[in-house]
Amino acid sequence: MEYILIIISAVLVNNVVLAQFLGVCPFLGVSGKISTSVGMGMAVIFVMSLANLVTFLIQNYLLIPLHIEFMQTITFIFIIAFLVQVVEIILKKVAPPLYKALGIYLPLITTNCAVLGIALLAVKKDFNLLMSVVYAASIAVGFTLALVLMAGIREQLDLADVPKGVRGFAISLIIAGLLSLAFMGFSGIVK
Amino acid sequence: MTNLKYFTNGLLKENPTFVLVLGTCPTLAVTTAAINGIGMGAATTFVLVCSNLLISLLKNLIPNKVRIAAFILIIATFVTIVDLVMKAYTPDLYKALGIFIPLIVVNCIILGRAEAFAQKNSVWRSVLDGLGMGIGFTLAITLLACIREILGNGSIFNIRLLSENAATILVFVLPPGAFVTYGLLIAIVNRLKVKFNI
Repeated sequence: MEYILIIISAVLVNNVVLAQFLGVCPFLGVSGKISTSVGMGMAVIFVMSLANLVTFLIQNYLLIPLHIEFMQTITFIFIIAFLVQVVEIILKKVAPPLYKALGIYLPLITTNCAVLGIALLAVKKDFNLLMSVVYAASIAVGFTLALVLMAGIREQLDLADVPKGVRGFAISLIIAGLLSLAFMGFSGIVK
Repeated sequence: MTNLKYFTNGLLKENPTFVLVLGTCPTLAVTTAAINGIGMGAATTFVLVCSNLLISLLKNLIPNKVRIAAFILIIATFVTIVDLVMKAYTPDLYKALGIFIPLIVVNCIILGRAEAFAQKNSVWRSVLDGLGMGIGFTLAITLLACIREILGNGSIFNIRLLSENAATILVFVLPPGAFVTYGLLIAIVNRLKVKFNI
């Protein structure tokens, strides 16, 4: 039951992009086409779960026993950057088709503030290892959901006659606002 | 005086928030109250100026291949300083900004300026660039925060403009209001840029 609550809360109620404002840059940047947004989403699900697994272990078995919690920001950003590189190298050797599909999105993930943000948020909550990974995976699914929805709308938008002044970022942000309004309807499902 | 253009560049022509549209996450997240906008802006400006200064000093010592990692290390160091200082001296603001203080590390404005400006320019110019970009960012998010606070909460800098019971447009302090207000402000800036040919 606890896990179901974590999943619903992370995917719908506290959607990472539309309610917590993490990962807005890739949300606006890679949401031009449905196919690329699915690719980006898969890469984020993969890296975010892995990053939370590693940062959880580092936090509990290295930073806390040594009383150097203030090193959290520096350590976490390096772990994430390192992980992204390792994942890239391993995928290239072991699963070339997967690498081809996710390859170009992987370097972009280092600068995705959602990965670092969720790692920092997760260690603040009283999660155990499994809960932390489930939380990260569901947050990433929520990110993918928002990204694919946005891409679907923007593909249709290309056919519409948008006033000149609001083309580009302005109309994307206003649409994101409407999406966010729709997602507010989910609040209250989970306390 | 010739260096002044590096300072004013970030204020208007290449404003990081409205023109370059970088660092969108803190822009949207912390602008529920005007005071948060100033706090976030000041913290970001400090990190930006210090990292620009240090990177331009070290630009000949950092090997090209590991430069991004070196930049991130420098930025993360200054962010940790800001984090600890704010925790000690401005606990209320620290609580309000929450996770977005450590997240200054991944604010693309800072890494962007390090990569695009500080590693190629002199120390003095890099500091001016950092100061201009930082103040441009601060002004922009404070403007956004003022609009949201007035419309959504009926107050500005915690000074009440309306009586306690007056009806306000609550949605402006909620997430959807952030996206819509930001979008409309970008549209207005676009229009002004065309009109005044900036």
